[in-house]
Amino acid sequence: MSALWLALVIAAVGSYLLKLAGMSLPESILNHPKVQRVAQFLPIAMLSALVAVELFDGGGRYTVDWRTLAGVAAAIVALLLRRGFLVVFLVAISVTALLRLLT
Amino acid sequence: MEEPLPDRDAILKAAIGIGLYAGAFGASFGAISVGSGLSLAQTMVLSLVMFTGASQFAFVGVAAGGGTPFAAVAASLLLAIRNAFYGVPLSEILHPTGLARLWTAHFVIDETTAMAVSQATPRAQRYAFWATGLILFLLWQLGSLSGALVGRAINPSAAGLDAAAPAVFLALLWPSLRRREARWVAVGGAAVALVLIPLTPPGIPVVAAASVALVAGLYPARDVAGIEDRRPR
Repeated sequence: MSALWLALVIAAVGSYLLKLAGMSLPESILNHPKVQRVAQFLPIAMLSALVAVELFDGGGRYTVDWRTLAGVAAAIVALLLRRGFLVVFLVAISVTALLRLLT
Repeated sequence: MEEPLPDRDAILKAAIGIGLYAGAFGASFGAISVGSGLSLAQTMVLSLVMFTGASQFAFVGVAAGGGTPFAAVAASLLLAIRNAFYGVPLSEILHPTGLARLWTAHFVIDETTAMAVSQATPRAQRYAFWATGLILFLLWQLGSLSGALVGRAINPSAAGLDAAAPAVFLALLWPSLRRREARWVAVGGAAVALVLIPLTPPGIPVVAAASVALVAGLYPARDVAGIEDRRPR
């Protein structure tokens, strides 16, 4: 089994076990307000970090492709216009693909 | 015989709407996953077993960015922690016992929780959970598979797929940014990751951003922030 497969299985089973733990653990642990606040903030901090890394990480050094950046900027405009997920996705890839075709 | 559920059609209609949205989301996942170098089988194991979108995207993003497999595991599990908290209201609604708990747990995700807790009666809540869970699961798999098949046939860079992952993460993040506290956490998470890019192995910047959530969560909430917290989303 490759390292990637092993990691993938651990992450997938681990995600399931977290769901199961939520249905099995005593409520008092998960109902603690500070624990809940940390849990609420975790996806926000990490999704935001993922955006930053996707845009500027060239494998241990800073890189930026302005066509990707333009695609994501267009996606932000779509989000500001309250468009749905599919529109945001299509706007991002079309703008980037188009710019890549033209330049 | 039981009375027919009065809200049944409305719940089913909403569940199908959420399922179609998930199908599109799943298709983008499949395309990005295969485009980042995962195989079709790996993509489908993520969708079938992990079955929680943001974590799947995070795993693919970190693993494809040259991150160590450990960092990919950590990033996806940190994002999956929120599902554990959905277990609290859902246990009260569903009362799963014994073996039923094992398969019920698999469907504990953002969408099923939101649908279940927003219904008025216990029966409607149970119906909403299962209708949303089963429809979404099916369409998520179909979406992932078709996205992966399309992704295999196209050149990911020429198709602009590199812009898809950050756009998807932003779309997932967007609704929570209405809260001021959350905006600061988002800025903090991005800042930590950006600073660490040249300093740490790939993948670690994303995992390290979790520390921002830890600090912000343990820091006592001010009254103003508390009021903001209770605003309906």
